[in-house]
Amino acid sequence: MVTLTIDGQEIQAEEGQTVLEVARQAGIKIPALCHHPLLEPFGACRLCVVEVIRRGRSRLETSCTHPAWDGLEIKTNSPPVREARKTILGLLLSRCPNVPVIQDLAREYGVMEPPFPTDKPDEKCILCGLCVRTCHELVKADVLNFSQAGVERRVGPPFLEKTRQCIGCGACTIVCPTGAIEIVLEKDAVYQEKPLGPTSAIWVPSLTAVPRVPVIDTDACIRFRQNDRTNGEIADACGVCEMVCEAGAINFEQQDEVLELDVGAIIVATGFEMWDPHQLSQYSYGKSPNIITGLEFERLSNAGGVTGGEILTADGRKPERVAIIHCVGSRDHNAHPYCSRICCMYSLKQAHLVRDKTGAEVYEFYMDMRAFGKAYEEFYERVQKEGVTFVRGRGAEVEVLEPQNGQKYGQLRVKGEDANLGRMVQADVDMVVLSTAIEAPHDASQVASLFGLSRSEDGFFAEAHPKMRPVETNTDGVFLAGTAQGPRDVPDTVAHAGAAASMALALLDKGEVTISPTVSYVLTRYCTGCGKCVVVCPYKAISLGEDGKASVNAALCKGCGSCAAACPSDAITPLHFTDDQLVGQIMGVFYEQIVV
Amino acid sequence: MSKSSSNAIEGFEPKIVAFLCNWCSYAAADSAGVARIPSPPNVLPVRVMCSARVSAELILKAFMSGADGVIVLGCHIGDCHYDSGNHRTVKRIPLLRNLLIYMGVEPDRLRLRWVSAAESPQFAQVTTEFVKDVRPLGPLSAPLRMEGGAP
Repeated sequence: MVTLTIDGQEIQAEEGQTVLEVARQAGIKIPALCHHPLLEPFGACRLCVVEVIRRGRSRLETSCTHPAWDGLEIKTNSPPVREARKTILGLLLSRCPNVPVIQDLAREYGVMEPPFPTDKPDEKCILCGLCVRTCHELVKADVLNFSQAGVERRVGPPFLEKTRQCIGCGACTIVCPTGAIEIVLEKDAVYQEKPLGPTSAIWVPSLTAVPRVPVIDTDACIRFRQNDRTNGEIADACGVCEMVCEAGAINFEQQDEVLELDVGAIIVATGFEMWDPHQLSQYSYGKSPNIITGLEFERLSNAGGVTGGEILTADGRKPERVAIIHCVGSRDHNAHPYCSRICCMYSLKQAHLVRDKTGAEVYEFYMDMRAFGKAYEEFYERVQKEGVTFVRGRGAEVEVLEPQNGQKYGQLRVKGEDANLGRMVQADVDMVVLSTAIEAPHDASQVASLFGLSRSEDGFFAEAHPKMRPVETNTDGVFLAGTAQGPRDVPDTVAHAGAAASMALALLDKGEVTISPTVSYVLTRYCTGCGKCVVVCPYKAISLGEDGKASVNAALCKGCGSCAAACPSDAITPLHFTDDQLVGQIMGVFYEQIVV
Repeated sequence: MSKSSSNAIEGFEPKIVAFLCNWCSYAAADSAGVARIPSPPNVLPVRVMCSARVSAELILKAFMSGADGVIVLGCHIGDCHYDSGNHRTVKRIPLLRNLLIYMGVEPDRLRLRWVSAAESPQFAQVTTEFVKDVRPLGPLSAPLRMEGGAP
């Protein structure tokens, strides 16, 4: 421990700390533009200059590079310090006259106008090197560096050309104090600054996540990306989260685990996927960042989202007019013919949220309002009273207009027919929310074949009986819960899942399994031991015994009867579907013909 | 076959035996009924657990007993409740169709189609088409019947 005096205040500090760190810990304000606690000190901006008095001698030093020695006396705001900072800010302001951060600081130190003229008034870079150090020390991509010298000195990639070394992580734009670096995406890419644009690669999935711990998106995380890109050569890039986490909870080594469990019942609750509105081009999804899906709207209005729950357009404005289009991809023979059930109510809720949070005009383009649940119709009435305009007729087209007077993104023109008025209507709005359909997950067929499930026409898993057995499947011990079986809202899903859980518990509680009486049996007298049945049995239920005759394990047999059809000597047959019984059925239907 | 169609009797309605697997096509037939989708009354359903249960013997028995056509309906390939039962069916039926020629039976009197549990309209469509296609073939000629048809 060392003791030093800063502005007359005695402060204890750790060995190896810098004066700036110690002062800031003690709450003493020192301006600095080129300093970042996670990077090596650089001393480029010179703004953190302080008066260092040692052995009676006073000197001006940059506090970010000066070690906190024992017995130092520091003055952070003495007249010589203020004078030095004023000079520095004058020079900075002359270089970058239009950067708000520098303007504000300069004003604080009494520099109102740039003391020297400049021929590059748009210059923003102050050559602080934060981006260079971030790219070198943290990202380890070494894309940015200084080039040239003197007044020509500048920051950029080699030869100021595009380089494949850049991974586009955007760390430089984050650390840049003056906003001099921008990420420019390739042409035609719809880049969303807000509301759903880039966020951190480590985040808590939702405010209500259980357990409430952050996850790392390995596709976005700089460390994982650099590791993958260089095949493990650069395995220690970034790690900022690890540096700042006081609990030491960050673990980059965690791997997915595959667990094998023996279970007595399985509940398939694989849920749904949102239908991709790119498929119907009339909705112009992807042509403007202000055309979003209902799910994206949820992210936008979520208090844990990127805007902290504010409903904003892509350029950060409050929308004045919002259109919500129902049945996008549902009840549409070009997409899904079925009704997705949940969209009417969530669209009404979203209309309510828009009215509540922004006061914007809301237009709901709907075909039929299916407010089917308890208290839903009452909510519909409430939203009507809140001043939402309901247009009966699905929005037919969304057109992206040219940006007007300095707007970044053009307005959106929603066209449709108002079937109640019997004429075409259109509305120019700032934001369009598409209430997209929900559909079976893209890999539902794999899940179906894994569990031997069948799927209904809409792609969701089929229940054993639509009315009497809504949670069971045709595979014993496998149950369905929620939207895996078909579109349903939260209360219905909870009820369905509860039913599935109790069906599973009933099965487990019984302790024994009731099997169908339809199992094969062998007439050993006729069995020649050819083994054909053993080959065809899909369940390995048949084996050849020591006597050379086939025998059936009734617990494994499902009674499909493949063996009976394969047996050349009719020695094996499934109960209740014997040859005699089936032939009897056939003879029965032709009874009259045969008697005559 | 052209001979048969020229012999087609005015007003002849073929009798069809349909072997339906319990999990797909029988369920489809059931829901077609529930949904009141009209399907031809000539089709006489025989439920089996799997289309793989339908041996050549059963099909021939149906022809011998008086069927003018036999249609076997199973789950789509990959959807079989018993994993691979319909793989056996799909091999068996074309083979049997070839054998039918040697017995003097038009192979078009035997048909294999996949109808999943969700495809109740397809059940009606497939059976209607089959009845329409068998009708011009006329009644199945007598000799086969004589041999083994009567009990």
